[in-house]
Amino acid sequence: MLEKANDNPLRPAAPSLFARLAASQEARLAVITVLVFALMGALSPERFLSVQNITSMAFQFPEFAILALAMTLTMLTGGIDLSVVGIANLSAIIAATILTQLAGGTQGADALGWYALSVAAALAVGLIAGLFNGLLVAVLGLPAILATLGSGLVFSGFAVVLTGGSAVMGFPEVAAFIGNGRMLGIPVPLVLFGLLAAALAFVLSRTAFGLKVQMLGANPLAARFAAVDVTATLIKVYVGSGVLASIAGLLIMSRANSAKADYGSSYLLLAVLIAVLGGVNPYGGYGRVIGVVLAVLAMQFLSSGLNMLQVSNFSRELIWGVLLIFVMIVNARPDLFQFKRRPPAA
Amino acid sequence: MSVPLVALNGVTKTYSGITALDDVGFDIGRGEAVCLAGENGSGKSTLIKILAGVEKPDRGRIAFDGAQQSALNPRASAAAGIKVIFQDFSLFPNLSVAENIAFSAELGEGVTLFRKRHVRDIAARTLARIGVDMPLDAPVETLSVAHKQLVAICRALATDAKLIIMDEPTTALTEKEVRALLAIIRRLKADGVAVLFVSHKLAEVLEVCEKVVVLRNGRKVAEGMASEFDAAALTRHMTGRDVALRAPAALDASAPVLFEVASLSKAGAFDNVNFQLRRGEVLGISGLLGSGRTALAKALFGLVAPDSGTLTLGGLKVPLGDPLKAAAAGIGYVPEDRLTEGLFLLQSIGRNVAVGRVDAHSITGLLARAALWAESADWLNRLRVKASSIEAPVRSLSGGNQQRVVLARWLARGPQVLVLNGPSVGVDVGSKAEIHEIIADLSRQGLGVIVISDDLPELLSTCHRILVMRAGRITDDIPAGSTSETELAHRLAS
Repeated sequence: MLEKANDNPLRPAAPSLFARLAASQEARLAVITVLVFALMGALSPERFLSVQNITSMAFQFPEFAILALAMTLTMLTGGIDLSVVGIANLSAIIAATILTQLAGGTQGADALGWYALSVAAALAVGLIAGLFNGLLVAVLGLPAILATLGSGLVFSGFAVVLTGGSAVMGFPEVAAFIGNGRMLGIPVPLVLFGLLAAALAFVLSRTAFGLKVQMLGANPLAARFAAVDVTATLIKVYVGSGVLASIAGLLIMSRANSAKADYGSSYLLLAVLIAVLGGVNPYGGYGRVIGVVLAVLAMQFLSSGLNMLQVSNFSRELIWGVLLIFVMIVNARPDLFQFKRRPPAA
Repeated sequence: MSVPLVALNGVTKTYSGITALDDVGFDIGRGEAVCLAGENGSGKSTLIKILAGVEKPDRGRIAFDGAQQSALNPRASAAAGIKVIFQDFSLFPNLSVAENIAFSAELGEGVTLFRKRHVRDIAARTLARIGVDMPLDAPVETLSVAHKQLVAICRALATDAKLIIMDEPTTALTEKEVRALLAIIRRLKADGVAVLFVSHKLAEVLEVCEKVVVLRNGRKVAEGMASEFDAAALTRHMTGRDVALRAPAALDASAPVLFEVASLSKAGAFDNVNFQLRRGEVLGISGLLGSGRTALAKALFGLVAPDSGTLTLGGLKVPLGDPLKAAAAGIGYVPEDRLTEGLFLLQSIGRNVAVGRVDAHSITGLLARAALWAESADWLNRLRVKASSIEAPVRSLSGGNQQRVVLARWLARGPQVLVLNGPSVGVDVGSKAEIHEIIADLSRQGLGVIVISDDLPELLSTCHRILVMRAGRITDDIPAGSTSETELAHRLAS
């Protein structure tokens, strides 16, 4: 029974490329993204399709797109991280405080050194905040949605206490590069997002950690019974989420040329929406970075287009909320959206 | 001949292409006890669900008292007097005996306010009807399994039951409790209430039954007077073959001790458990539901932390209460409930095997994917898992193949001791024999195998030695060749 069998009943099935594309969630999302782009382009061609608009979009979206990557990571385990905006702002405020209080008005090589220190401090804040979340969720077993709701308030609260609620500003020039600079003509935020997305995709598909994250999300009980190190894996996930959030915080700080406790308050909903729209299963176990990237683009095209059409900010929040509920319904009950063909008339 | 209470005719039900019930028909008369026998997966549960109105049959007719039921739903079914007592009894543990008994009756009367005296009246009347005396105010969670079952029976009776369907009624009962249950069933029958016993081990209730119906793979394969059946005949019809009990090849007398459990205790679960497992030995552990066998199995793999005691594997202490350390020490565990504990249902077959070996294949930090997939595919082949593709979700496999996927995950890790909790629950007869063959092979290769099961023929044909657990203690240590199924059953339940 246990000798090596010669016949191979497990030949991988090879459906045609087209069939696989048509069946994949990501392919459908790509079509939607192109459609949104085309629609906005058609409604307002001279403004939406201008080089200026395209460039400004490329500077805008990476900050919330990176938060969406963090959200993807936690949602894959069936959890969520509602503290990402709090972590981003707290990290930015720590970095900003180092730059303004310690670096003073230095420029040149000195300023670069201070800047490197502030970045390291911001990443450390993200790491510690993520570790805190990870301990709450993985070790104490709190529900992620409540644990991170609470910890998010703690992080924001720290940020307010440190600054008295006002903006911290006055950075050396070097701090502007990450948010406003260009490399080979490409906006640095876009490059940064591209690198982080690629890194996350790589980690999820090519490392033991990535596979464990997905299996753990698919069935935490079976993961425990299969001797997967559930606790350690979950802690790493929340640490990863925290570090990604602190990078987003550095980006926001650079673009706004200041740091404040209540920046990016609309980004939390947006990050959740993008992850869900990108096909990440909120119950865990399924999600691909490519889907999230496509969803980011679709959302930015929509947001920018609505802006051109002079839709107010309040209406946009309304639209995001409705869209989130709609996408969740489509994912939960696909049967409601399959139009049955009527029998041909006699 | 009078109109039967329930008449089924040509009932057929398929779930996404798989036929669960195929043209099944039989009658149940008033005050009659019928025994519906079949192995796991034979269609028994589907039939219960159809009678209870939870599932609709694709084809076939159902009549209550001669009236055709075209659109049965749970309310209509309950109104017609069909009551199902599920294996877990569906009671409210924190409510009192009286409240549990009167709950459905009160709802049925459409009252909005709780009437304590009325509730106690209903409960006392119903208990008197079956001739049982029980404290009305005791919370149900404090009762024994047998008493909980009586409460469930009373709840059904309080709502004017005409047919009580009992799902696996005897799995948790001792012999004495089974006899008490049978006495009550006789009273019910005299009272005009019909009973349908549904189970895979029914020999013990045969004596109160008028009729036996046997299902196999969704078809009715036998029907007749209960007096025409005995335990052996039931088994033969259920499995479709004469299951010859063949004890496994004798264990090499010089085989060294591999694994030792010493004074393992956990309050409320098991108490002072001691045993040794030798290289190549297959050790069975059996006991009724609630005897502590599952808690013990989990404790061996670190899923339950014992209060005291030691596990020693190959001369080294195994840390307690940590599945990662138990697995690292060389213990594998195939869980009881494959669907929730064993498998990642929506993930691919390949990933379900690979998950056990990801760390071993990522020494450089990167996952050596080709090697990992090749190894998984190799183990799936060795265990002859039949699947269209290694990429297909594991959910698409049959029960027997799913069980082999879980086995492949553990065998790929090369364990020294493998704990199998219910290794053939819910798999078809053919797969069961193959799984037993795999166990025999593992034993020949020198693994220590612990089989936890309440399937006595399975234990007798795979194990060198059988430990019997009662109330958390090991009460018997029986060499396989020296006992029979009847004797073993008696030791479990006496």
